[in-house]
Amino acid sequence: MLKLEKRPQPSQVWIYLTPLIAVLATMLAGSALFAFLGKDPAVAIRTIFWDPLFSEFAFYYRPQLLVKGAPLVLIAIGLSLGFRAGIWNIGAEGQYIIGALTGAGVGLAFYPMEAWFVFPLMVIAGALGGWAWAMIPGLLKVKFGTNEILVSLMLVYVAEQLLASMSLGLMKNPEGMGFPGSRNLQHYESAHNAELFTGTGMHWGVVVAFLAVITAYVLLNRHILGYHIRLTGQAPRAARFAGVVPARMILFCLGTAGALAGLAGMFEVAGPAGQVSIDFNVGYGFTAIIVAFLGRLHPVGILLAGALMALTYIGGEIAQSQLGLPAAAIQLFQGMLLFFLLAIDVMTNYRLAWQRREVA
Amino acid sequence: MDFGSISPVLLLASLMVAATPLLLAATGELIVERSGVLNLGVEGMMITGAICGFATAVNTGSPLTGMAAAAGGGAALSLLFALLTQFALANQVASGLSLTLFGLGLSALMGQGYQGIKPPPFPEINIPLLSDLPFVGDILFSQDLMVYMGLLICGAVWVMLKYTRAGLILRAVGENHDAAHALGYNVVLIRVAAIMFGGACAGLGGAYISLIRVPQWTEGMTAGIGWIALALVVFASWKPGRVLLGAYLFGGVTVIQLNLQAAGVAIPVEYLAMSPYLITILVLVIMSADRSRAPGSLGRPFHASS
Repeated sequence: MLKLEKRPQPSQVWIYLTPLIAVLATMLAGSALFAFLGKDPAVAIRTIFWDPLFSEFAFYYRPQLLVKGAPLVLIAIGLSLGFRAGIWNIGAEGQYIIGALTGAGVGLAFYPMEAWFVFPLMVIAGALGGWAWAMIPGLLKVKFGTNEILVSLMLVYVAEQLLASMSLGLMKNPEGMGFPGSRNLQHYESAHNAELFTGTGMHWGVVVAFLAVITAYVLLNRHILGYHIRLTGQAPRAARFAGVVPARMILFCLGTAGALAGLAGMFEVAGPAGQVSIDFNVGYGFTAIIVAFLGRLHPVGILLAGALMALTYIGGEIAQSQLGLPAAAIQLFQGMLLFFLLAIDVMTNYRLAWQRREVA
Repeated sequence: MDFGSISPVLLLASLMVAATPLLLAATGELIVERSGVLNLGVEGMMITGAICGFATAVNTGSPLTGMAAAAGGGAALSLLFALLTQFALANQVASGLSLTLFGLGLSALMGQGYQGIKPPPFPEINIPLLSDLPFVGDILFSQDLMVYMGLLICGAVWVMLKYTRAGLILRAVGENHDAAHALGYNVVLIRVAAIMFGGACAGLGGAYISLIRVPQWTEGMTAGIGWIALALVVFASWKPGRVLLGAYLFGGVTVIQLNLQAAGVAIPVEYLAMSPYLITILVLVIMSADRSRAPGSLGRPFHASS
């Protein structure tokens, strides 16, 4: 009988192989899904994964890769630190929204003054906003032992209501003819997170995302704090003997994740989105969870996974307009990816072995 | 502002309606967690149940068939979670999250073309004589079938856990899966059954929202009720009786909040709409002092070799 047998050491080969197989399996299952929806699967897969990069109009889509990938990578890097230490912040969407609100709030407060310090202040406010929002589950967990998964998630819904309230009330554009939504920050030069080089999609958020990848890599591989994070996740008891204070670890991981998510929200609202509106958030905070796992919680892996996920967003939009593929199909496609990844991951720690059936 | 427009009878009657999806989903999750598995995919299973039930009810014209389809859909989705966590030994937190993300996508896809349709009406049950009683008659005895069904399932779970051998085995698996395995119980099989029961209950809860409470289909219409159900299990210290209490408490908060919105209280609508989530957090904080009740093996993967 075929049985699972625990490996003495996690397989190095499978650690790298798992995401690749998961992507391939998702493409296959996705093809079946697209065929079921009455679309030619080959065309659909080509539209999603090939056309954004190499088609005739790729010059338009390629910059989008950076625009969509940056917030995903930024949030996922923060989440990965916590996931490694067994701290489950799944409310990044809320921290993203709050970061956007505080960042845009500072910018709008200075309107219409043009000054060099407006944008840096917005960046700081965005990071602080996300950080503070993540500190709520953090402090509650440290002080009362409250489950951070549920609290951080509840705060997403609170943040969404707050966003609605702000875009209909306090931050509403006074010259917006009554339409909901704030002033467009793209028209306010000091606050605009503009492209650094025209036509590349490169804005400050992309720069910060790359910096976050490098910092996280150094932190995890070359710094005692990163070692402690990994230790806390793999052997909490050993970590305590090594002098790790769990409370400090929780606050650090949640705070960093919150600050990075807040930054992502702030860069988005000041740049590609432009204004605070009821539905400016598109679920990057949740997709980033998939990105973090697909990247194996490793900074470089997350960078690659973020690029791939951004590709499915862009390709999904193309498929939506050209093939009439529903947006939900892409959402399902992304969800399947995580499923296959988790399922195939069993091969990292276990191997299949033939065993004769014996009396238990 | 006009508090006079809020009728206490209607308030209490709609409280029972608002509490039912929570009660169903939380009772299912209670069984799952008592078997030692943490399934964070309740939201995904609810929304899948909501659309399975809605589509079936619209196509067949029978709301009861819809409910059965919802239970089936929720259970089928939970089977994916069971495969991941029980056979592929994947992390339960991550698997539950992926179930929710997957369920939200799946339901949105299945729901294409069902927006703006009214489902067939659900038959209301007027219990003869009792429903004619003043005050309590309108509140307790003229609800729809699913309200009673929810109470029945919750009661059955209570009896099962407390008085039957099956309940004892389920609790043993949840408290210490190694000991249960050593006694010869099939831990994996029992857990798969518990997970599927949880999925079916969550599906029913979801369909209750789309078929009876709202009743129509919109994407993401469960709006976090699945997550509140998860919090409710913690609030209830894994006890069915307290799940009932908690469900009515949250149902009450939701209904009062909606009534205050309608009455035009000076608090903005958005802040009122936040209140169920904030109260959930508050309740979690209060309850987290008492951690001793959680099943011993909750969230730990089981492999017979170890």
